[in-house]
Amino acid sequence: MTEYLIRRILTAAMIILAMMVIVFFGLNLIGDPVYLLVDPSANQAQIEEARRHLGLDQPIWTQFWIFVSNALHGDFGHSFVFNRPVFDVIMERLPATLELAAAAFVIALSVGLPAGLYAGLRPKSYLSRLIMGGSIFGFSLPSFWVGIVFILVFSVTLGWFPATGRGDTVSVFGIQWSFLTWDGLSHLFLPALNLSLTKMAIITRLTRAGTVEVASQDYVKFARAKGVRGPRLYIKHIGKNVMIPVVTVIGIELGHLIAYSVVTETIFAWPGIGRLIITSILSLDRPVVVAYLMMVTLLFVVINLVVDLLYVALDPRIRLGSVQD
Amino acid sequence: MTRELLEISGLKTHFFTRGGVARAVDGLDLQVGRGQIVALVGESGSGKTVAGFSILGLVSAPGRITEGRILLNGQDLVGKSDAEMARIRGDRIAMIFQDPMMTLNPVLRIDDQMIETIRIHDRKVSKVEARRRALEALREVGIPAPEARLRNYPHELSGGMRQRVAIAIALLNKPDLIIADEPTTALDVTIQAQILYLIRKLCEEHGTGFIWITHDLGVAAEIANRIAVMYAGRIVEEGPTDAVLDRPHHPYTEGLIRSLPEGQPRGAALFQIPGMTPSLLNLPEGCPFRPRCHRASEACRAMPPERVSAETRFRCFHPANAAEGALHELS
Repeated sequence: MTEYLIRRILTAAMIILAMMVIVFFGLNLIGDPVYLLVDPSANQAQIEEARRHLGLDQPIWTQFWIFVSNALHGDFGHSFVFNRPVFDVIMERLPATLELAAAAFVIALSVGLPAGLYAGLRPKSYLSRLIMGGSIFGFSLPSFWVGIVFILVFSVTLGWFPATGRGDTVSVFGIQWSFLTWDGLSHLFLPALNLSLTKMAIITRLTRAGTVEVASQDYVKFARAKGVRGPRLYIKHIGKNVMIPVVTVIGIELGHLIAYSVVTETIFAWPGIGRLIITSILSLDRPVVVAYLMMVTLLFVVINLVVDLLYVALDPRIRLGSVQD
Repeated sequence: MTRELLEISGLKTHFFTRGGVARAVDGLDLQVGRGQIVALVGESGSGKTVAGFSILGLVSAPGRITEGRILLNGQDLVGKSDAEMARIRGDRIAMIFQDPMMTLNPVLRIDDQMIETIRIHDRKVSKVEARRRALEALREVGIPAPEARLRNYPHELSGGMRQRVAIAIALLNKPDLIIADEPTTALDVTIQAQILYLIRKLCEEHGTGFIWITHDLGVAAEIANRIAVMYAGRIVEEGPTDAVLDRPHHPYTEGLIRSLPEGQPRGAALFQIPGMTPSLLNLPEGCPFRPRCHRASEACRAMPPERVSAETRFRCFHPANAAEGALHELS
């Protein structure tokens, strides 16, 4: 187990390094950020001055080396555009996105798992057909359109939820959180629901498929022959087996929630990282892009690790460790 | 007549499919006494497994019991709610399945699966006490190092071990009746012999009634007190094991016995009953065995009534091995 964890951490470090190399040199090939930053009427001397100020006059290898050694000390440099430490810029925005993604994830799971389980156990009931029909809308309607409809119905017409921003926030460990106040929660609800719909549909369909398969297994019939029924049968005997394939997909989907939240953030004017990163890419703000991607990569690695550990918890036939085991 | 442990009369379990009504069990009569092993013998599709599930109330849609009575200790199980049946399942009636590799839940430990069987039927039993009973049951079915096995997951045990665990689970609440659906078919011959011996012993010791569903007449001959031969949803012949095997009356029973590989010269073709089991959706009129029967006559276009000889009862107009005078018709 320890050996497994060490190997995973080493692999993660390699992945992050590879990602850094690709993005760092790749962005360098796309264009020269200096021309986007200086006044269009600046003369050559002023351009050279700006270049020297940003450290872009150094050879790319040297720039990369400086970035990596600083990053190892926790310093990701300054944003070209904001002229502030990258870490601060990202930490202002990332918690909002994480909060949104986490809320969407919780909604998707708490609706998708029970709905899928029900639809799998009673495949012919009308409610099941409704669930399965609804799930098709869930993943085929474009997210931006659903977001606009939500705002129109729930904010403009009914006035139940606010349409934009994060609302009141509470500061915990220097980070602003919306979900700790009523106002923040009401601001969070619509964008989180909007972001969760696709995932909800996928989780529902996956859980249903798994449930249909597991429910026909002999061990479920055997459990019923022992007198097991009701929630114990559905959750313990069926649910635990259904979760094994579902967990894999859930892990990947959680990563997607964070990485692709930009549409929802734009529609609901949610001050998250998705929008920051799009503008940073367009303005070739290399330090922000690389640092953001490092964090997202790290997040994916952690999620995958958690998924692997969950497998072991769910399925006793799986053992982590070296090949010789 | 003394009350038997289990008395099934006129049981009909039909499946309402798009293609029509499949009469999987169509008028089944069967009695099982305490401590008695009854082998329910038949081909695939004869309705023997559905009969077993009907007793447990585990027939799933589109099938349901349409008629008949299933009396366990005089109490009718037909028409009980699922909640009432769940209290009986695993407590008064237990079941053992065919494939031991599939019957234990792969993600739950053996102790978990055993302890819950006790505690869902009796909340008052403590976990410690339930564990002690689980241990005792594992010991009873001859599992070595039962303490260690309790902490195992199913995949850590062999097929024979798992079937012993399944039998131990069936025994936990000392049921009155155990239904075993081909429990030794998936096991190799030595393990099969051990399990057969084990079940006979347990049956005698606890006075448990047993329905042994099988297609293997050899196994039936070895273990059963009585044999009931099933064909197209009905019992065509039933009686003490020796009587049925030595002096079969129904041509189908006779055919089954003749098709066993016994004493043929090497390389000689085995006897086989011509034709195939009829589709349950489209049973022939009258005796369902008529199209395959070498004794069939015009009379067989009507359903033969149940008749009794000295030892067995059967449904046939033209029985083999019988002096006509010794047979009487049941109304």
